[in-house]
Amino acid sequence: MSALLEVEDLRVTFPTRSGPSEVVRGVSFTLGRERLGIVGESGSGKSQTGRAILGLTPPPGRATAARLAFDGIDLRNASPGQWRSLRGIRMSMVMQDPKFSLNPVMTIGRQLMEAAKRTAADRAEAKDRAMAMLEAVQIRDPARVFKAFPHELSGGMGQRAMIAMMLITEPDLLIADEPTSALDVTVQIEVLRILDRLVTDRGMGLIFISHDLRLVSSFCDRVLVMYAGRVVEEVKASALAQARHPYTQGLYGCLPRIEGSVRPLPTLQRDADWAL
Amino acid sequence: MGLIDVSDLAVTFRHGRERVQAVRGVSFTVGRGESYGIVGESGSGKSTVLRALVGLAPVTGGTMALEGVPLAGPRRPAFYRRVQMVFQDPYASLHPRHTVDRVLSEPLAIHGFDDRERRILRALEDVGLGDSFRFRYPHQLSGGQRQRVAIARALILEPEVLLLDEPTSALDASIQAEVLNLLDGIRAERGLTYVLVSHDLAVVAHMCERLLVMQHGQAVEELTRSGLRARSATKEYTRALLTASEGYRAAEESTT
Repeated sequence: MSALLEVEDLRVTFPTRSGPSEVVRGVSFTLGRERLGIVGESGSGKSQTGRAILGLTPPPGRATAARLAFDGIDLRNASPGQWRSLRGIRMSMVMQDPKFSLNPVMTIGRQLMEAAKRTAADRAEAKDRAMAMLEAVQIRDPARVFKAFPHELSGGMGQRAMIAMMLITEPDLLIADEPTSALDVTVQIEVLRILDRLVTDRGMGLIFISHDLRLVSSFCDRVLVMYAGRVVEEVKASALAQARHPYTQGLYGCLPRIEGSVRPLPTLQRDADWAL
Repeated sequence: MGLIDVSDLAVTFRHGRERVQAVRGVSFTVGRGESYGIVGESGSGKSTVLRALVGLAPVTGGTMALEGVPLAGPRRPAFYRRVQMVFQDPYASLHPRHTVDRVLSEPLAIHGFDDRERRILRALEDVGLGDSFRFRYPHQLSGGQRQRVAIARALILEPEVLLLDEPTSALDASIQAEVLNLLDGIRAERGLTYVLVSHDLAVVAHMCERLLVMQHGQAVEELTRSGLRARSATKEYTRALLTASEGYRAAEESTT
């Protein structure tokens, strides 16, 4: 498996009143054409890891790495022009909440066209592609959605439109940051199915960032477990239940189960050593 | 007759000429000391049922009763002493410029409780926070701590019934476990009655003896915990919900 993305010793630092605070501390991994999950609790640095890969660390934060390469292109010193030719075209990101990541005063169609025009020959082709993409993400009435404003769509529809927008340029790498957390379980499965198909059919690389261990273990191939800015464990997704790190075990054990769970639920006893 | 009887409840919201029937004919009974769950996806009307119980939703049909006494119109203070609610989002349900102390003393003042000092300290201790949290503002608390404050605020009036609207869905899994354990422990200790609303079947299965599945404002079916575990759900929607809660399965294996 050729590496699509190589990350070595990635660090993200934010200045604070009490000195710099490192929220991602030396994360390294390589990604092939596969589904990689990044799991962790809020504040573990999982989202900042995803953003740093796309060069989207919000200022005044700074991201540094010993190596950060996408398809052999060094991203650390990429020029704005290089970023423009990569971001949104070869590498894209789906954010958590469609309410905040869609432009509220533009129709879905216009936003889709904006993305489509970057790779399409002319307007007509861009429109065809936009409509085809809406169908591909299982939107039943693409013509209506094309003309709709974001507030006229439900959360699930909005998120699918968002995914369509990110996928219209057929990226090689998609970073999905909690793409289904705002959705109902039944819709969630549909959205995952779309992502799954893209990985298996088009050979896209997917980084799936989530707090939902159960979902990640059933969907991804490999999982990185993050705690306090570090990767504490890398496990095969199917073997998550047999994870060795006490944090992973704790995170897995504290979930209530439909089949019956112990009472009281085991809670996570944090060990200061994990953060070292 | 249970402690809470809801029969054929209907709630309709009106926006100008538009009408939205959020709840359409839902009935259930909750016995004293029982923990009852309502599960459904967004827009199923599950939270609206709770809001209707405490008089926060425009009820357009059906009846509700607490211990046989019909609930209609604005609730009296005496009602809120017996029935308290914990809301979903601890980031939104606490006043950002009130200290924990003020959040907890307000209900005591409204209901004319004496010995407020002792009650506040006790309530904080009950939810595992301790008195060092007493003069903090919500922004100085984590999500789990905020939800504990919200639970303390509800418990401080010593109610009989707690209505819990997605009490843990804004929290991390490890914090969720702590809050669920807290709620479970308090109920066992004080014999409280819970009505818990959640989109998460596993949470409801853990917390509740009986549950109601809702969809599009209607009751789909009522199940016991053991029935849920034995997979004896009869309605297709409940089965779909169960399958979806188990996580992702590749298309060829799944039934949808």
